[in-house]
Amino acid sequence: MSDAATMTLEEREATLGGVGTARKRKEDVRFIQGAGNYVDDVKLPGMVFGDFVRSPYAHARIKSINAEVALAVPGVKAVLTAADLKPLNLHYMPTLAGDVQAVLAEEKVLFQNQEVAFVIAEDRYIASDAAELVEVDYEELPPIVDAFKAMDEGAICLREDIQGKTEGAHGARKHDNHIFTWEIGDKEGADKALETGEVTVKELVTYQRVHPSPLETCASIASMDKIKGELTLYGTFQAPHVVRTVASLLSAIPEHKIRVIAPDIGGGFGNKVGVYPGYVCSIVASIVLGVPVKWVEDRIENLSATAFARDYHMTGELAATKDGKITGLKCHVLADHGAFDACADPTKWPAGFFNICTGSYDIPVAHVSVDGVYTNKAPGGVAYRCSFRVTEAAYMIERMMDVLAQKLEMDPAELRLKNFVQPAQFPYNSALGWEYDSGDYPTAMNQMMQAVDYAGLRREQAEQRDKVARGESRSLMGIGVSFFTEIVGAGPSRNCDILGVAMFDSCEIRVHPTGSAIARLGTKSQGQAHETTYAQILATEIGIPSEDIGIEEGDTDTAPYGLGTYGSRSTPVAGAAAARVGRKIRAKAQKIAAHLLEVAEGDLEWEIDRFKVKGLPEKEATMKEIAWAAYNNLPEGMEPGLEAVDYYDPPNMTYPFGAYLCVADIDVDTGETSIRRFYALDDCGTRINPMVIEGQVHGGLTEAFGIAMGQEIAYDELGNVQGASLMDYFLPTAVETPVWETDFTVTPSPHHPIGAKGVGESPNVGGVPAFSNAVIDAFSHLGVKHMPMPHTAWRVWQQCKESGLTK
Amino acid sequence: MSKQHVKMTVNGTEVEGDIEARTLLIHFLRENIGLTGPHIGCETSHCGACTVDIDGRSVKSCTLFAVQAQESDITTVEGMASPDGTLHAIQEGFMQEHGLQCGFCTPGMIMRTHRLLKENPDPTDEEIRWGISGNLCRCTGYQNIVKAVRYAAKKLNETTREAAE
Repeated sequence: MSDAATMTLEEREATLGGVGTARKRKEDVRFIQGAGNYVDDVKLPGMVFGDFVRSPYAHARIKSINAEVALAVPGVKAVLTAADLKPLNLHYMPTLAGDVQAVLAEEKVLFQNQEVAFVIAEDRYIASDAAELVEVDYEELPPIVDAFKAMDEGAICLREDIQGKTEGAHGARKHDNHIFTWEIGDKEGADKALETGEVTVKELVTYQRVHPSPLETCASIASMDKIKGELTLYGTFQAPHVVRTVASLLSAIPEHKIRVIAPDIGGGFGNKVGVYPGYVCSIVASIVLGVPVKWVEDRIENLSATAFARDYHMTGELAATKDGKITGLKCHVLADHGAFDACADPTKWPAGFFNICTGSYDIPVAHVSVDGVYTNKAPGGVAYRCSFRVTEAAYMIERMMDVLAQKLEMDPAELRLKNFVQPAQFPYNSALGWEYDSGDYPTAMNQMMQAVDYAGLRREQAEQRDKVARGESRSLMGIGVSFFTEIVGAGPSRNCDILGVAMFDSCEIRVHPTGSAIARLGTKSQGQAHETTYAQILATEIGIPSEDIGIEEGDTDTAPYGLGTYGSRSTPVAGAAAARVGRKIRAKAQKIAAHLLEVAEGDLEWEIDRFKVKGLPEKEATMKEIAWAAYNNLPEGMEPGLEAVDYYDPPNMTYPFGAYLCVADIDVDTGETSIRRFYALDDCGTRINPMVIEGQVHGGLTEAFGIAMGQEIAYDELGNVQGASLMDYFLPTAVETPVWETDFTVTPSPHHPIGAKGVGESPNVGGVPAFSNAVIDAFSHLGVKHMPMPHTAWRVWQQCKESGLTK
Repeated sequence: MSKQHVKMTVNGTEVEGDIEARTLLIHFLRENIGLTGPHIGCETSHCGACTVDIDGRSVKSCTLFAVQAQESDITTVEGMASPDGTLHAIQEGFMQEHGLQCGFCTPGMIMRTHRLLKENPDPTDEEIRWGISGNLCRCTGYQNIVKAVRYAAKKLNETTREAAE
C-alpha cells in the first residue's frame, strides 16, 4: 500500500492541488531568479542583428533607396529592401484579415515608421548606425488621418496596390479607401423600433486608438540550417503553431522542417498575435546569410508599428418604452484599420464579435453595420486584452445604457436590472445571433449593489452635488456602473477559423511509470500561469498531484497543434482538452485498476487519487500504482503505456460576465480624477485557481484604468504619431493605480467539461466603461451625455469649464 | 571604434571586458556578462525592467554607460538568493503573494524593492507605491506587488529582530 493510504481525505485533496486551490505558481521559481528565457535571452552561435529603416512620413512615394554608405560600414552584413524581397514574392505578406501588408515598402509608404529597409550587422549598435545611413528619397503625399474623411469623394487612394479592386476579402468595396461593410441583424425591424420608440437616444461613442504595450516588445530569431534545410524560429508568438503554418506557406519550406519556439513571453495582451515584418525579415535574412538573425523592436517601434487596438467610431441608438424597457438597438461603426487590414480576428469576422453589443440585455431587435476604412496610420487592430472587438462592443452598450438612463431620468443600475436577460432564459439567443451559455445577472448585480451600498453612494452623490452648487465644495462625485457580458473561447469550428485552420485546441499527456506526468498544449502563456493551472485541471481528473505534472507549451516540434492564447481561449478550449485528455487517462486507468484488483470495471469507484472497490473500501489501487502497472502489468491485449491526446472543438463559446462599480472624485479646478473605490464582481464559471483569477482581474482592471484615463495613440494632421514613447503613452504606475476590490459569483458553463469560462480579459472589457461612466456620471446632472476617452485631466478640466464649474 | 577596458564586481564576482565607450550598462550585463535577469523594456529609462543595484543605489542600467560603472559593485536579481539556493525574502514574497505574472518586470521590481527596504525597512502601502513608481508592471496591477513588498519587509524585520535578540 502506498504511504498515501494513511492520509485523510482532506490531506489527499490538499496534496492533489487540483481545481479550486490557490496553488502558488510553478513558473515563478525561474522568474524571481532572473532565469526566465525570453527571446532576447536566446543567443545562438554566429548570430547577427537586424534593424529597420523606417519612414519618417505618413504618406510618401519612395523615389529611390541607396544603401551604399550603410553597406560600407564595417560589420554590416546586408541591407534588404523590397527589391530584394520581390523576386521571392515576399515584399507583401498575407494578413489574418484577408488583406496583404507590405513587409518592406515598395513604391509608397503608408504610415509613419513603416518598414522600408532591413539592415543586418554584427551587433545591434552597428545595425542601428547603418540604418541611419540608408538614404531614402521620398516625395511627400497628402495623408489621410481622419477616418471620417477616408471615403470622401476625391479622397486620395492610399492603397494603389489594390486600386480599382471592387471585391475585398469581406465583400464589396465602395471606395478606394474602403475595406468592407459587415452587417448583421434585422435592419428593417431595428429601424422600425427606433422610429416607433417612445424614447430614443443616439450618441457617437468613440473608442480611441490604443496599444497593448506589453513590457517585453516583439522579437524573433530565425536560424536557417541550409544543409538540413531546416528553419528554427524563436519569437514572441501568442500562437506559435499558426506562425509555423504561415511561415511554411510564405517560404515554401515544408512545415515539418520548420520549428517554431515561443519561449517565455513578457506579456502579450494581443500584441503578439499578428505576424510582423520583423519576423519575416529575420527569416529572409537568415536564409540569405546562413546565420541566425535576431530582431528586437524598441519601444517606439512597438508603439508606432505593431498592433494598435480599437479606433472604433460607434454610433449607437437605443429605443425604449417610457418606463425603460428597451425595444431596439442600432449601431453603425466606422472602423479605422490603418494602412493595411491586419486585424487579428477569426477569418469570417472582419469586425470580430462586435455583435455581442446587445450586452447583458434582452433586446428584441437589433442591427449592426461596420465599415472598415484605410488611413495613413499603423496597421493592426488586435484584441488588447479582450476577445475580438468585444471591449468596443461592451463600451458602446454600457455607455448607451447610461445615456438612455439619463434621458429616462432613471437610475443606471435600475435600467440595467429592468432589461437583463433573466436566468430562466439561458441558453439565451441574442438578437444578433449568439447563444449565451449561462448567467445569473440579477444576482451578480444585486450582490454588487449591496456590497458597495449603492443607494448610500447615490445619496452621498446628491449631497455632494448640492454642496458644489452652494459653493461649499470643488469636488464632483461620479458613480460608474458597468455590467458586461463577454464572449470568449473561440471557437466552434463551424464559425471560427484562422486562415482556414479551425480554432480548436489540444492537450497531450504522458504518464510516466513512477506516476508523474508531462502534458503539452497548443496554447502559449504570456503570464497567465498555464504551467500552474492546467496541471490543476489534470490533477483533479487523473488523481496525480499537480506538483507532479509538468506543463509545456510553445515548441511546435513537441506540443500538439493548437491555435494559441488570445481572446481568453486557453481555459475554455485547451483547458477543456486537458480535462478530456484526463478522462481518457482515467478510463484506461480504470481498466488497469480492475485488472489489478481482479474485479469488474463497474465495481470500481473513483476517489480523489485512486479507484476503490465499491463496498470493500480497503481494496484500492492508487494512480501511482496504476501508472506503474501501465508499463508492466496490463490486462490481456491492452496496449502498454498511459498516454492520450485530445483535440477539442468547443460546441459554443463561453460567456463570462460581471458587475463593476467605480466611484470617482473630480477636482473641478484641475480636472484631476481620483478613483476612490473600484469594486469588481466577476463570474467566470468554475474557478480553477482563485489566486490566479484575482491576479488576472487586478491586471485587467489596471489596463482598463490606463485606457479610460490616459492611453491614446493619436496622430497629428500630418500623420505624425503622438503617443509613441512611454513619455507620451500612459502606462499606469503603482501610484496612480487604484486599489481593487474583487468579488465573484459562480455560474458554470454548461458545455465546458469542468464548467469554466475565461477570465483574463473580463476586467478590461468591463472596466473601461465603469471608469468612463463614473467620470461622465459626475457631470450628468449638468446635462452632459458623453465625454470622449481618454479622460485626462486636461479634457475633464475642459468639461468643467464648459459646464461653468470653473473659469 | 576604439575599445575601453571596464572592470566591476557583479554579484560578488569581478568581471571585466573591452567594450565601446557607448555600450550601455544593460547591454554589457546582458551581452558581455551573459546575465538574463535585467531586462530591456523601453530604452528610455521609463519602465525600470533593467533596474540593478549599484554601490547602494537603484539604477536603471539602460541609463548608464558601462564605463560609468567602472570599479563599481553591482547586484542584480541573480545575486539575491543565497549561494545554497535559499531564496531571498523578497523573492519569496513575490512568489507567496502572486506579485508577478509574465515575469518581465520582476527582476527590476525585486532589485528596486531590495533598495527600498534598505532605505525604509517598514514602509506604508503608500510609501511602497511611491517607492516602486519608477518600475512599470503591465500584468499585476501592483496590488500583489505591494503585498509582496510588505511580506518581505515583515520577514526581513523579523530576521533582524531575531539576530538582535
